[in-house]
Amino acid sequence: MALVEARGVVKRFGDNTVLAGVNLDVDAHEVVALIGASGSGKSTLLRCINGLEAMNAGTIRVDGRSVLQDDIKLNRLRRDVGIVFQAYNLFPHMSVLDNVTLGPRKVLKLSKADADERARWLLERIGLAEKADAYPDRLSGGQQQRVAIVRAMAMRPKLLLLDEITSALDPELVNEVLEMVTELAHEGMTMILATHEMAFARDVAHKVCFLHQGEILEEGPPSEIFTAPRLERTAEFLRRTLEAGNR
Amino acid sequence: MTSERPPYGRAPTRARVFAGAALGLAIVGGLVAAARSQETGNGFLAFFCLSLPLAIASLLYGRHAETLVVDVDGDEADEAVARSARRIAVAAIVTSAALTLGLGIWSAWNGLQDVGDTFFSWQHIKESFPDVAEGFWLNIQIFVIAEALVLVWGLVVATMRRSQGRASAPLRWFAIAYVDVFRGLPAIITIYLVGFGLPLTSLPVVSNPDLSIDIGPIHLDQLACLGILALTLVYGAYVAEVYRSGIESIHWSQDAAARGIGLSRGQSLRFVVVPQAIRRVVPPLMNDFIGLQKDTALLNLLGVLEGFNIARIYAGNSFNLSAVTGLGICFLVITIPMTRAADYLVKRDQKRLQASAG
Repeated sequence: MALVEARGVVKRFGDNTVLAGVNLDVDAHEVVALIGASGSGKSTLLRCINGLEAMNAGTIRVDGRSVLQDDIKLNRLRRDVGIVFQAYNLFPHMSVLDNVTLGPRKVLKLSKADADERARWLLERIGLAEKADAYPDRLSGGQQQRVAIVRAMAMRPKLLLLDEITSALDPELVNEVLEMVTELAHEGMTMILATHEMAFARDVAHKVCFLHQGEILEEGPPSEIFTAPRLERTAEFLRRTLEAGNR
Repeated sequence: MTSERPPYGRAPTRARVFAGAALGLAIVGGLVAAARSQETGNGFLAFFCLSLPLAIASLLYGRHAETLVVDVDGDEADEAVARSARRIAVAAIVTSAALTLGLGIWSAWNGLQDVGDTFFSWQHIKESFPDVAEGFWLNIQIFVIAEALVLVWGLVVATMRRSQGRASAPLRWFAIAYVDVFRGLPAIITIYLVGFGLPLTSLPVVSNPDLSIDIGPIHLDQLACLGILALTLVYGAYVAEVYRSGIESIHWSQDAAARGIGLSRGQSLRFVVVPQAIRRVVPPLMNDFIGLQKDTALLNLLGVLEGFNIARIYAGNSFNLSAVTGLGICFLVITIPMTRAADYLVKRDQKRLQASAG
């Protein structure tokens, strides 16, 4: 059974239909890239998968558990589904270490010593051990985003959602973040990532889904999507993105 | 205007004459006034009220003339004239203002002495101070307890107002009604009703004449306790709104990030949203606290023997208001450092924000 099963997901904001019946399967240890223009529904789909956004119709099951709008069940589900945002969203009033350990301490009920030890180990791995006691505003954008990924990973999630995590970064800081994600992929982390980085999607994803106006128009392995897309729309989107990237 | 004249005419010269007239008027008026000051002082005060506007008008005209003749490459004669006109006009303004002030003080000297005797009699301040200070100590006890209660109660009301779901609708209605009523009522009416009304009821606790607060150096009787209750009701409504605006000013993405790592709604509020909100609302909170500290004087209405009541009694007996001035100074000693501290905190927060933006 797939780790994530989305069936006919519909999401409307007022009269605006953002998701128009999305079906998606993600297996364990699979990396799925969602591509598409801004406003095509990539972020909204991610936010529906961990219940931050309520669906209007359809079902999503994560690890066999239905994503329903029941607060207590959603809290339980979100332990297993990490999410990283475009704007990092670190907690500015907490040190890096406290950002990372807040979830483990308050949700997983780890002791402070255990949570700190694991957080320091995770920070060590990404070379930010000496920033553990610094506040987020002292870190570069790339460092903040890597801390945000560590914060999600500290909960030992089964699934990680990455919502355009490099879009707010200066170009020279993008690579350090992408390298970290690549490493997570090699370790077998299941991930769904909304991204504008086509080269990255090609290298790291097992499956690429092209969203257009709230629907997945085309999906397949990156070798197929990027070299021989079936639909003209997909080809046009890729052409435009490539042009924008070359400019 | 004839053809060989430059387009600006004789503006600089005219400005200089105008300014010179203003200066001359001020000086001559000052001399005459000094000579005949005692008997007709007030008439000359009116005269100076005219000479000051004249000087200001001449300065404006001088500047206008200067912009007409200004030339980037080097000084020319008409520029020098315009500049001197401006200097004379400034001199006229300073002279008029100084003489007006000096003559005002001179002619009102007797009255000013009366002001000093009535409000700032050192003897009366000194005599009344021990009693007034003891009364003020009661004000301090009252606002310390009331502030502690307001901090908690305000947060409770703000949380009620922001609670979600159908089950907590009555809580929201209660919070909205409470804030509307107590923010809308004059504080003195709330104090009057609570202080005089509740002892007449058979409600538990508040109608008990033995009601008192004893914590360390703080000793408060029933009247003071009811006063604290009234002030807490009034300022709790204000502070609830301050908290609410603070909570709403925290971007929703912070809550999303907290929920995203599995924190419940309450945990997100407690560990992520409220701590940031409180940092932001410290300055407006301080303002409300200063208001509360000052409003402890309203409790004199209930007969609480706080500073203002004692100072008023002293003033009535001595036909001199200096005791009240002394109490006013006591309040300022507390409230001015608090406003400064609030300003400092605002500045520090801004620096932090700028650091994170840069």
